[in-house]
Amino acid sequence: MSESQGELLLEMKGLRIEGYSDEQWHQIVKGVDLTLHRGEVLGLIGESGAGKSTIGIAAMGYAKPGCRINGGTIKFDGMELTTMSESKKRKLRGARIAYVAQSAAASFNPAHKLIDQFAETVVEHGKGSREQAYADAKELYARIKMPDPDRIGFRYPHQVSGGQLQRAMTAMALSCRPDLIIFDEPTTALDVTTQIEVLVTIRDIVEQFNTAAIYITHDLAVVAQMADRIMVLRYGETVEEADTRKMLSAPEKDYTKSLWAVRSFRKEDEAPAAEPTPLVKVENVTATYARGLVPVLRGVDFEIHRGHTVAVVGESGSGKSTTARVITGLLPPQEGKVYYDGQELPADYHKRCKDQLRQAQMIYQMADTAVNPRHRIRDIIGRPLSFYLGMEGDARERRLRELMEMIELQPDQFLDRLPGELSGGQKQRICIARALAAEPTFIICDEVTSALDQLVAEGILRLLDHLQRDLNLAYMFITHDLATVRAIADEVIVMLQGQIVEQGPKDDIFTPPHHEYTDLLLSSVPEMDPDWMDRVVNERREKGGLGAAGN
Amino acid sequence: MLIQRLSLGLLTLFVVSVIIFLAVGMLPGDAAQAMLGQAATEETVAALRARMGLDQPAPVRYFHWLMGILQGDFGQSIANGREISELIGGRFANTIFLAVFAAVISVPLALLLGILAALYRNSIYDRTVNVVTLSSISTPEFFVAYILILFISVQWGLFPSLANVGPTTPFLERLDKTFLPALTLTLVVVAHMMRMTRAAIINLLASPYIEMANLKGISKRKIITHHALPNAWAPIINVIVLNLAYLIVGVVVVEVVFVYPGLGQLLVDSVQRRDLPVVQACCLIFAATYVLLNLTADILSILTNPRLLHPK
Repeated sequence: MSESQGELLLEMKGLRIEGYSDEQWHQIVKGVDLTLHRGEVLGLIGESGAGKSTIGIAAMGYAKPGCRINGGTIKFDGMELTTMSESKKRKLRGARIAYVAQSAAASFNPAHKLIDQFAETVVEHGKGSREQAYADAKELYARIKMPDPDRIGFRYPHQVSGGQLQRAMTAMALSCRPDLIIFDEPTTALDVTTQIEVLVTIRDIVEQFNTAAIYITHDLAVVAQMADRIMVLRYGETVEEADTRKMLSAPEKDYTKSLWAVRSFRKEDEAPAAEPTPLVKVENVTATYARGLVPVLRGVDFEIHRGHTVAVVGESGSGKSTTARVITGLLPPQEGKVYYDGQELPADYHKRCKDQLRQAQMIYQMADTAVNPRHRIRDIIGRPLSFYLGMEGDARERRLRELMEMIELQPDQFLDRLPGELSGGQKQRICIARALAAEPTFIICDEVTSALDQLVAEGILRLLDHLQRDLNLAYMFITHDLATVRAIADEVIVMLQGQIVEQGPKDDIFTPPHHEYTDLLLSSVPEMDPDWMDRVVNERREKGGLGAAGN
Repeated sequence: MLIQRLSLGLLTLFVVSVIIFLAVGMLPGDAAQAMLGQAATEETVAALRARMGLDQPAPVRYFHWLMGILQGDFGQSIANGREISELIGGRFANTIFLAVFAAVISVPLALLLGILAALYRNSIYDRTVNVVTLSSISTPEFFVAYILILFISVQWGLFPSLANVGPTTPFLERLDKTFLPALTLTLVVVAHMMRMTRAAIINLLASPYIEMANLKGISKRKIITHHALPNAWAPIINVIVLNLAYLIVGVVVVEVVFVYPGLGQLLVDSVQRRDLPVVQACCLIFAATYVLLNLTADILSILTNPRLLHPK
């Protein structure tokens, strides 16, 4: 967080970029000015569609396929990129301006070893031999405290964990010691406990090598840790720009304030008193995906009461979604039972009757893939009406309209559309309506807001809360986002490696003393305070336990 | 996984053998009639049928046939009484020789053209290659063959138009004589393989790791050969193998045009003579070739997938 006022490195003036879709050109970036000095970190923040990634890679003189720069200037270290030849720009990319992508898993070539992909850039730009690059890679891996730095590079991307891949990609960006690195949502796909390690790595690297950076994210708390200066974007235009501390404490524009206020949502009412018989009871469940493998769930045991929201939190691979699969009968457990309203449910969903199936519905993370793109909204929501409740004709049409009103979408406007014509938030609403159509008492929400922008996610949470009160629904809310848990949960279950490490009412879980793992999880969630990361890192170093940058 | 594929292949072969047997049985006329000609009396035909075992019910004949094959005995030709395995052996070697010859030309050519087309996509080169290969695949084989004969053989006299090789023909002369059939086959199969190579590579160009390579400043040529191609092998291999299979089983017309003593010609002749055991044996060999090559494609696809090759 140093006050870095080096010489001017990057200057964009009136940058305009357009993209081609639906047989016409749309303006994506509408005249953005941006300056960056040597050693400075600029945070670009905004919702999806704000144009932040597009602006980020434009700093490399690059436009994604189907896009083109159609106005303005981009000056990097005195060179004008918009008029520069492609071959000259290639010489800059990777060598003087490097890129770190959102999904390292997708951005590393699956066919080559990590260290070869590191060395490739060095050799291509004539900055050294392959052997020199190997030695440098090992040194960098050690410097960012990757485990087994001498050998990890000789693995293929799929043999390394997500957090390590993301750090390997940061190391790769450094291979030619660039002047500028573009970080494009580098931690969005990671668990919180992994995210903090990557964030620390990135910040250390930027400081040690005095590299300038553009840090693109939609997560305000993350950008607060990383950036010297923040620029808020919306619909391809700059909303406002200021130093990080000033921006956090005194945002000027209403849009910025609304972004800052997102995390304020809290469920209003207390949950109704628990009835004697739980609605759903999971009893001592052990499950595995294939015979002989290590169980993915071990002795999982919990209850969900009518009208309550139980949040299940944990990192990827902790067994959250597997628990949902056991409850819905998609994965019959090896041991243990599932009860609904006091009655034992058959383990396999094939053996459950229609009414048992109807009671438990699911909403998924990716609304895109959870609806058939060729079906109209009418058919998507209408199918459970016909299937479970035998509704046809007028009755079905009336119910369809009621459901659309419930999810706050205009029936006349939406019923005959295809999913592709809807926004992400609207699609998720359709999935909610489809779940409600079965008139269930229990809904499993699997990461339903993870893929959405914060403002949209907020709307979905409010809707779910409102529906719960009206219909007395029980939710099992699977999430890795603790802010969401704080907002909507009545009870919380913390899972780690297929086991429940802690469970209880929300307030108990969120107030110390915590279980050791819950503590790690809670303390890894970034806060809006720019000093948060330093504080956490120092605390952890003092404890000598999990040093964020260490192992 | 491999055992599963193998047993599936065997099952396919079994089903195919049943279908071949039934289909051949449905051919009009029978061998006895064909051998004795129109003038033969009912009695002589019936006697010959009984001698050849044609009067037995179909399931019994199928069972005998299958058992024989399992012991490597395809039976005897009805037409001339020779051992079928003997009859087929040399012919099959000829067919394989021609297929390999055509493959050696066409596979590298298709890959090269495909990679270049992906590299210079939508350029004049790309369009020309597409038009030319598509035209050649759309033209009937015999027509391509006659055109080649007309120009290369008759007008310019570069290569012979008859591919009448024998068991004693020396290798170089063999190459010379089979050049035109091989060229014909090449023209027929190159388009398919080349277009798949191009499509598989272009399909991958939208992947994040290709964009990453672009943003690392890697040259266009290296992006295609080093980043896209290694991940495109699975679909390309499948199409190559499909075409190799075609080179072996689909050559009937070409063999007839060039009078090449391959398995295809034998099949055509045997159908005309109603020599059913030979027809059945040829069909079964073709089917087995298909199944075997597809199995090879599956195995190669696994071998080129880094996730399966280097498990965690």
